[in-house]
Amino acid sequence: MKKFSISINKIIILLFLAIKPLHSAEMTDPIKMDWSFKGLTGTFDRASLQRGFQVYKEVCSSCHSMQYLSYRNLGESGGPEFTEAEVKAIAASFEVTDGPDSQGEMFTRPGRPSDMFVSPHPNKEAAAAANGGAYPPDMSVLVKARKGGANYIYSVLVGYEDPPPGVTLDQGVYYNKYMIGNKIKMPNNLEDGLIEYADGTVSTVDQMAKDVTTFLAWAAEPELEERHRTGVKVIIYLILLTTLVYLSMKRIWSRVDTEI
Amino acid sequence: MSDQEYIPKSKAAKWFNDRLPLLTLGAHLTDYPTPKNLNYWWTFGGILTFCLITQIVTGIVLAMHYVAHADLAFGSVEHIMRNVNYGWLIRYIHSNGASMFFLAVYIHIFRSLFYGSYKSPREIIWILGLMIYLLMMAAAFLGYVLPWGQMSFWGATVITNLFSAIPLVGESITTWLWGAYSVDNPTLNRFFSLHYLFPFLILGLVVLHIWALHIPGNNNPVGIDIKKPSKDTVPFHPYITIKDAFALLVFMIIFAGFVFFTPNVLGHSDNYIPANPLVTPAHIVPEWYLLPFYAILRSVPDKLGGVILMFSAIFILFVLPWLDTSKVRSAVFRPIYRQFFWILVIDVLMLGYVGAMPAEGVYLVLARVGTIYYFLHFILILPVVGLLEKTDPVPMSISEPVMTGGAEPSLARKLNEKV
Repeated sequence: MKKFSISINKIIILLFLAIKPLHSAEMTDPIKMDWSFKGLTGTFDRASLQRGFQVYKEVCSSCHSMQYLSYRNLGESGGPEFTEAEVKAIAASFEVTDGPDSQGEMFTRPGRPSDMFVSPHPNKEAAAAANGGAYPPDMSVLVKARKGGANYIYSVLVGYEDPPPGVTLDQGVYYNKYMIGNKIKMPNNLEDGLIEYADGTVSTVDQMAKDVTTFLAWAAEPELEERHRTGVKVIIYLILLTTLVYLSMKRIWSRVDTEI
Repeated sequence: MSDQEYIPKSKAAKWFNDRLPLLTLGAHLTDYPTPKNLNYWWTFGGILTFCLITQIVTGIVLAMHYVAHADLAFGSVEHIMRNVNYGWLIRYIHSNGASMFFLAVYIHIFRSLFYGSYKSPREIIWILGLMIYLLMMAAAFLGYVLPWGQMSFWGATVITNLFSAIPLVGESITTWLWGAYSVDNPTLNRFFSLHYLFPFLILGLVVLHIWALHIPGNNNPVGIDIKKPSKDTVPFHPYITIKDAFALLVFMIIFAGFVFFTPNVLGHSDNYIPANPLVTPAHIVPEWYLLPFYAILRSVPDKLGGVILMFSAIFILFVLPWLDTSKVRSAVFRPIYRQFFWILVIDVLMLGYVGAMPAEGVYLVLARVGTIYYFLHFILILPVVGLLEKTDPVPMSISEPVMTGGAEPSLARKLNEKV
């Protein structure tokens, strides 16, 4: 039986190896980055998250919404961890539509930490209309919504190139070697020195792409650090308990003549 | 049943037990004589019970926060992930729990196939198990629709559209299922309602499944009938309870690994894109546990044919106890069947793999070969092998081979010669 199943395994492995090259994608594989939040104990780089928020605020947020985040999230542990005063100031820098008031009128007021991120457009249709018909996707869970995750987002941000000869692009369409089909409707919005980082870091395209990707990875999984921490504890606990139960089982089964 | 009459010690307990014999039931479950040679493949029944209860408990909590509305469902799931205390943990346990449930059920089913647990006198246990499996697939599909992401929406569209293949009334049935003229808010509402209902139907069937099991008692790796209780059996508690607990804990470590460290690896990234009826995903794929059936469905060029074949792939299992002509239960003593068993395992794995791939080129060929083989196994190979196969000698009781170190066929043969 053993001999037989091993040879079958080999056949299957060979079969899959033979199939693999046929399954080719129409895009370049994303760049594999060594993110600090990968791995069993991965955490976010706090400074990078804060810079990433700045990139989002100054560049991305003019087209992309992040409707599932609240300003208070920016101060919560495991995130950019802005101070309470900073969060209040960030929130207050946005105009929030509220109401209706007692007269039935909608009104605007400065944002509060409990408010959700203000969207650049009132609805999807307006967002698409303002962007040549292409809706800039909401970025709250974008990293989880793309195959390749953070690597893919980063790669697209740094993947703009002149189209190779023979490829013609319609107006408002750009060439990006990591995008599926290589065509993207988002222009290359990053250029070296575009923004002045609050912490003095030099804002190269690569730096901004890394920072904003880190920020988006956190936005998609704000629970990541707590999840990793809890996971380690849970698994250590389970291993200890399993050991104890195993020893008890051995003890109990030693009363009968059966191996376990 | 072989239990001795249980007499409660205290007067009050006796009074109660005479009116509702819960204590007798408890005593039966505790003393239930179980074959002592059960291996770890037999621990998945307990693991599956754990899975069901986990899904029900986490599901009830999720339902407290989830909103079954086409415009709000996706946002309410994000609300659970971000604003509900430990909402992310509850949701990840529930979503990965579905996968773990299926992993366990597949092992449980293939255990039954290998050791012939579906054969007389256990046909009803097997059929109840298949009904549970069918309801599990339905519940899982319904649940996958609830987050109202792209895969939710398009998966629901593909699966409900299968019914439109039924001649004459197909279109009407599909519209009736939807409650609208496409997958829409009414569809989501009824899917939520049914998703909440099905686990309790499963729970009811599980009770019947265990009840039916306790009539003949467990099959065992040697596959022979044993006297109960005897020196071949151990009481369920503490022997089987502690062993099940150990296996469950190992299972939970793997479960926790998924939940805490790769909670989305078994899902599809497209399901984090809100449902959009105007944009079809490049590849619509179901969750991994449905892929073999998806491959069978797509292997037929005709829609109705595909649907019939896919449902046949499940329903053929209902008559399995009567397709298998062998008198010997356990594959341990069936050298030919044993090999076909492993080929079937590989065939199903291959179907699962090609189910995830686009239905074209070599994948389509493999899907067709795999589908044909799947049916051949049950319709042709099982009945014929059962009649022609020369089985190894089966031991008279499980005590002897076990005492000398396991139920190896060669060993059993030697023992048999001695007898």
